[in-house]
Amino acid sequence: MAVIFDLAVQGAQMLSVLLLAPLLIGFVRKVKARLVRRQGPSVIQPYRDLVRLMRKEVVLADNASWLFRVTPYLIFAATWVAAALVPTFATGLEFSWAADLIVIVALLGSARFFQALAGMDVGTSFGGIGASREVMIASLAEPAMLLIVFSLALVAGATQLSTVAAFMGSPQVGLRVSLGMSLIALVMVAVAENARIPVDNPATHLELTMVHEAMILEYSGRHLAMIELASFLKLLLYMSLISCVFLPWGLESAATGPRSLAIGAAAYLGKLAVLAILLAVFETAVAKMRVFRVPDFLGAALMLALLGTLLLFVSRSL
Amino acid sequence: MISTVALLLCGPAALLGTAILAAAASRHAAATRLVYGAALVISAALLVTVAGHLAGNPGEVSAITLPLGLPWTGARFRLDGLSAFFLVVVNLGGAITSLYGLGYGRHESAPHRVLPFYPAFLAGMNLVVLANDAFSFLLSWEFMSLASWALVMAHHRDEANRRAGTIYLVMASFGTMALLLAFGLLAGPAGTYAFDAMRTAHPDRFAAGAVLVLMLLGAGSKAGLVPLHAWLPLAHPAAPSHVSALMSGIMTKVAIYGFIRVVFDLLGEPAWWSGIAVLLIGGVTAVLGILHALMEKDLKRLLAYSTIENIGVIFASLGLALAFKANAMPSAAALAFTAALFHVLNHSFFKSLLFFGAGAVLSATGERDMEKLGGLIHRLPVTSFVFLVGCVSISALPPFNGFASEWLVFQAILLSPELPQWGLKVIVPAVGGMLALSAALAAACFVKAFGITFLGRARSAAVERAHEVDRWSLAAMAVLATFCLLAGILPGFVIDGLSPVTLSLIGDRMPVQMAEPWLSIVPIAESRSSYNGLLVFVFIAISASLAAFFIHRFASHALRRGIAWGCGFADAVPAAQYTAVSFAQPIRRVFGGFAFRARETVEMPAPGALEPARLKVDMHDVTWEIFYQPITGAIDFATERLNHLQFLTIRRYLTLVFLYLVILLLVLALWP
Repeated sequence: MAVIFDLAVQGAQMLSVLLLAPLLIGFVRKVKARLVRRQGPSVIQPYRDLVRLMRKEVVLADNASWLFRVTPYLIFAATWVAAALVPTFATGLEFSWAADLIVIVALLGSARFFQALAGMDVGTSFGGIGASREVMIASLAEPAMLLIVFSLALVAGATQLSTVAAFMGSPQVGLRVSLGMSLIALVMVAVAENARIPVDNPATHLELTMVHEAMILEYSGRHLAMIELASFLKLLLYMSLISCVFLPWGLESAATGPRSLAIGAAAYLGKLAVLAILLAVFETAVAKMRVFRVPDFLGAALMLALLGTLLLFVSRSL
Repeated sequence: MISTVALLLCGPAALLGTAILAAAASRHAAATRLVYGAALVISAALLVTVAGHLAGNPGEVSAITLPLGLPWTGARFRLDGLSAFFLVVVNLGGAITSLYGLGYGRHESAPHRVLPFYPAFLAGMNLVVLANDAFSFLLSWEFMSLASWALVMAHHRDEANRRAGTIYLVMASFGTMALLLAFGLLAGPAGTYAFDAMRTAHPDRFAAGAVLVLMLLGAGSKAGLVPLHAWLPLAHPAAPSHVSALMSGIMTKVAIYGFIRVVFDLLGEPAWWSGIAVLLIGGVTAVLGILHALMEKDLKRLLAYSTIENIGVIFASLGLALAFKANAMPSAAALAFTAALFHVLNHSFFKSLLFFGAGAVLSATGERDMEKLGGLIHRLPVTSFVFLVGCVSISALPPFNGFASEWLVFQAILLSPELPQWGLKVIVPAVGGMLALSAALAAACFVKAFGITFLGRARSAAVERAHEVDRWSLAAMAVLATFCLLAGILPGFVIDGLSPVTLSLIGDRMPVQMAEPWLSIVPIAESRSSYNGLLVFVFIAISASLAAFFIHRFASHALRRGIAWGCGFADAVPAAQYTAVSFAQPIRRVFGGFAFRARETVEMPAPGALEPARLKVDMHDVTWEIFYQPITGAIDFATERLNHLQFLTIRRYLTLVFLYLVILLLVLALWP
């Protein structure tokens, strides 16, 4: 019985991240529109977009290979699995021990690897420019992310996200400089990884200024729907990660019963709303930077994360 | 009852016999098939023997002394856990390479320059791993070096290959000299050349430090540690592709075996600072190796540089194991050491696979310059698939094997705040950052390697004529790709298989992994960290098929082929695609400044002139300029000065001899 309940909670987690992700994007877009005094599309517009894309035909370039057609499903699957492994409304889910935080980072790396390859498959300059800039951004964002993971792991004594979240919710955390540095670095990495302003502009219409959009320029129809859904999931994943590590209130182990699950779910929705509003405000307030300023931005994140880790290493003996 | 080691020695003997036969009959039409077939059978037999030994009694040590070599030393050979593991690496690689050679060798233009040396090379590597005294170790080591040098020089009419061969020969001699001195220090004044005697005689701190430095120079130059790597990206690609796979995938591992044998086994308890030296060199090697690989546009040289990166990862992990061992933290040391050995095995799989793939591309198109390839996924479907598996594995992406070992390395790094020394506390996180950076850059590098070579549109006519390669080659690559996946989703098997080695060298082992539920791996405790490659793989497979099923059930099926979107101005020629150099340009701008002193200048034509503007990129190999040019410059300078002595008159020669005599007598007179 307990196993069935655990599996049901895990299944609910997988479904809920899938269903929530478009709503989150719709909400961010709505807030951004309201901030610049536009009406903006409805919050459920991303669902409509996905359905519309699925109904449309796929236009494949003449020389697109099998890799191009398989990649959307791989990207989606890797991102979905990663998103399902981050605690949202409860920790200690049935499969949470299958992968720790390092694995989650690497799963996103797998998704990006295939996305960059798909960008190069057709052999247009836009795909190439997108892929080469994406790997440049990733080559700085990924080590920064891993160093953030190191900091968290050193504080909590584990890379297992459920354990980290439980530790961060307990009173023994205290105020630490390293955690502050990690939070700032994590936000910077999240902005870059999700192709948000100031690193990339998700709403641009000029191919040359895009990174993520340039890579997927050749995609259409159901393939594009999968990739879009994966990118929605990625934003949800990063917000879940930030909220479960740095805002762990209301997050309980799944074994404590339905009541705490309900509290966890309500708290989770509240945290997502707050983070979405913060993201919208931030994006409205800053301008996109030139692509070769991005390494400075991410280099700062990398240095902050390294400094945080270094402080933890050194402070162990004090 | 014949001992296992004696049985194993029959293998190299048979390989040497094959080499002699091959030298005699190398121009015969069937020679290629016979030599590779014999090498395949012998390697497989060796593999089965070692596997039987490991399955039966892995901790057992079996030794033998043969009346060979110098009369007063004899030749000692020994099989223990460490040599058994490396014998598995060598012979698994040897067997699969021979399988590949059965097909690939037929394209060889000069088989009589390859066939005799190929089995000799395999025999040399086997003997290095089995040797149990300094004399037979050094002799086998030199034999291995010379056999591989002969293979590098197989196509010696090419000027670049001759240069590569010369540099390789100089560096190999330098490395062996360092090893000779290291063994001299270990043998002590008594001159005990047997490893068993060295193991019991502990050298003092100064001698131990000198041995460590000499081993870093000797084994490190063979493995490709920065700054001793200069020969590697020249020599490895110059050999025929299956030999490149052996050199990069296997011979570098034999060098690592030499390092482990001396530093972990013969040298006794390490000093804590030895960990710092190895860690730092490993981290720097990893980052510089992969940055060089990113800038490369020759497919085989790119792979050779990436070997340097992986060697760096392995050495960083070994350095961590040394630091833990010196501080009496055996369980952490066992974790770091297991991670290093696991990466040794993984790298031998995927690097051989990738070199085989590069060989397939080379035999199908005649090109290794990526700027002339592209679109091969349509022409070589199977090769491109297995090459993709290799790329994903080497980029440390789950659920393949490269990730499993890197994950263990990161877990070992996370244990290091417990280390007491401040030097280590500062170095370890920095090296952790370097390893993370090199992992991310490796992914970028292999996106480039696969994307430019196999994706996009064909950049030359040779690509459009290419056909899938023969079945032997495909079989060899498919076997390696399967190993990459299996080692990735079942890492527990490998970790448990490595436990006799860590037990004998570190004195502790990682917890038994096969007892864990669901075959996950748990280095310390489940609440701390666990990874289940199998489950991640199944999860991805299920969610991808679910998504595909859902889409094909409910979404539109319509599909239309059309021309690519060119934004109103389609690229007219395939040469206008992104190339290897342009793909790496953003990363060159970020890292090139300090790593290569890279400079970009634009030459603009005068206003009104019709010639095109040109972008010039100026890059320097900094290690070459810092370490090698002063040495070659000094030698040039000295030879030029001394050259005058050749053209003196007889009077001056007599004066010189007289002066020399006087100085000699003076020294003798003044000597206390």
